[in-house]
Amino acid sequence: MREITYVDALREAIREEMLRDETVFVLGEDIAVHGGDFGVTKGLLEEFGENRVRDTPISETAIIGLSLGAASAGMRPVAEIMFSDFLGVCMDQILNQVAKMRYMSGGQVKTPIVIRTAFGAGISAGPQHSQSPEAFFMHIPGLQVVMPSNPYDAKGLLKTAIRSDNPVVFFEHKLLYSSKGQVPETEYCVPFGKAEIKREGEDVTILATGLMVSKALAASQKLETKGISAEVIDPRTLDPFDKDALINSVKKTGRFIVVHEAWKRCGVGAEFAAMVAEEAMDYLDAPVKRVCGMSVPAPFSPALEKYVIPNENDIVKAVQEIV
Amino acid sequence: MSLSNGKMIELYKEMLKIRRFEERVSDLFSKGLIPGFVHLYIGQEAVAVGVCANLTKNDYITSTHRGHGHCIAKGADMKRMMAELFGKKTGYCKGKGGSMHIADYSSGILGANAIVGANIPIAAGAAFAAKSKGTKNVSVSFFGDGASNTGAFHEGINIAAAWKLPVIFVCENNLYAISTRTTRSTPITNIADRAASYGIPGVIADGMDVIAVYEAAHEATERARNGLGPTLIECKTYRFYGSFEGDPQRYRTKSEREEWLTKDPLNFGEKLVKQDILTDADLQKIDQEARSAVDEAVEYARESPYPEAEEVTKDLFA
Repeated sequence: MREITYVDALREAIREEMLRDETVFVLGEDIAVHGGDFGVTKGLLEEFGENRVRDTPISETAIIGLSLGAASAGMRPVAEIMFSDFLGVCMDQILNQVAKMRYMSGGQVKTPIVIRTAFGAGISAGPQHSQSPEAFFMHIPGLQVVMPSNPYDAKGLLKTAIRSDNPVVFFEHKLLYSSKGQVPETEYCVPFGKAEIKREGEDVTILATGLMVSKALAASQKLETKGISAEVIDPRTLDPFDKDALINSVKKTGRFIVVHEAWKRCGVGAEFAAMVAEEAMDYLDAPVKRVCGMSVPAPFSPALEKYVIPNENDIVKAVQEIV
Repeated sequence: MSLSNGKMIELYKEMLKIRRFEERVSDLFSKGLIPGFVHLYIGQEAVAVGVCANLTKNDYITSTHRGHGHCIAKGADMKRMMAELFGKKTGYCKGKGGSMHIADYSSGILGANAIVGANIPIAAGAAFAAKSKGTKNVSVSFFGDGASNTGAFHEGINIAAAWKLPVIFVCENNLYAISTRTTRSTPITNIADRAASYGIPGVIADGMDVIAVYEAAHEATERARNGLGPTLIECKTYRFYGSFEGDPQRYRTKSEREEWLTKDPLNFGEKLVKQDILTDADLQKIDQEARSAVDEAVEYARESPYPEAEEVTKDLFA
């Protein structure tokens, strides 16, 4: 099978959906002429024209508000918020408008909006360009939250997101954009709410998100040499979340470690740990562990930034503490 | 512009319907029959009616926490509105939205909105859809003077102007953002002046005169339908009641209110009598009709069931 990058996979997804459905359009800062800060939308302007590929002013509130109005009137906007940190700028539109419009109208309206955004630390982008704010959005009822860890999922999940009649916040890790992976040329979608068991194991369940999936897999190889068999789960979508996959795995292994780059305190890992406590407590042979980003803003200097992001040794160490 | 007699009578009837609806809401709220908060439109009727008289069912509006008048003027059914205010299953939003969130997508009402200013970019989005689909439909955003100090106002109008979207921004300047007078919050007298920064027409209309509002909105909707982009219309108006029911209104004087009461938009009925378009008997009949329609709405709301418990988790996702 051919190998393509995460960026190319995302672009293919958007392009295919734009060809399939003329109500799909893309908008965002520097996404048309420039092709997007990370190149995801490169070439779309030339192919689809200015009416469907719109450079916007630096107005995140207008980007999301306009997307909602357009969706309410039958369009399928795919909005790019350049860095997930900027979601803070348009938080009202997401929290109070996009997430609630269907519910508070008594189900009168569908709001098929995709909000794509680059997240994550590791490139010295500093405290306002490095965050992982998925927990904010997973907390809000009415949003679907997606976090692909590889090119195959990036394409398949984005196609599902664009076809979803619900608002989706789609997190793309900036260190994954250039990563390569197998992506079939034939059309496919990846369903929401279906985790992938990336590696089967017996002794411990490691649930990891985004970039941390590859780190968890690397850690599991190291653990293998120490005689520890780790099962690695990538939930792929945080809402809907495949609770069965997690609970069944923990029932099998009796140990649970959750790994994410976002701040530990009130991170999504806290929610998953609570699920395990509520539904699989009797199966646990050891305390749950969270391997997460430090609860500080991501510092600029590489000398400091490396400490705030979990690495594979942190995962290995955490596993060894409970196995 | 000369409006037909029939059209002028329609405008009057619509305004009166809103007035009678709102008076009844005030009464029901004071008796504890309507939960939550209500923000009444009384005094501002000419704005909603004058603007919506230029719209078809397929045009869009986005409304505010003070939205009952916009919804009635855009064609919402008062029965289902009142049921919503009562929190009943038969309300437009099945009791999930309430006074500040009445929506009727089938009439182009994309929701009343309780976050000040947030409905402005949403209206721009509906206008974008109308334009993308090649229709001649337009979108109207109603908002108050307070909203004109939000970032959403600037961002929404700027993008709509930059993209020449068919949207009309209607600022109802009733002089107070809750209790804060515009002179204390806004460094300019005319909010319409802000249109200059977006390169679009900024028009001031007498918001107590339904014909003046109609004419301003007529020009703006024609511009929008013809691809010439947005207009900002500032309607100078006044709310005769508090910002919300129960507002002690310490921020304004009785004499100020009394002066504005002389400009009551409903005086339009007497004008029509003077012009021999209506008789006193007609006025009485129109009033009776409005009262009966409101009675029916209240009856419907009272008799409707509350939503069942199972309803609480429905409608979150499509």
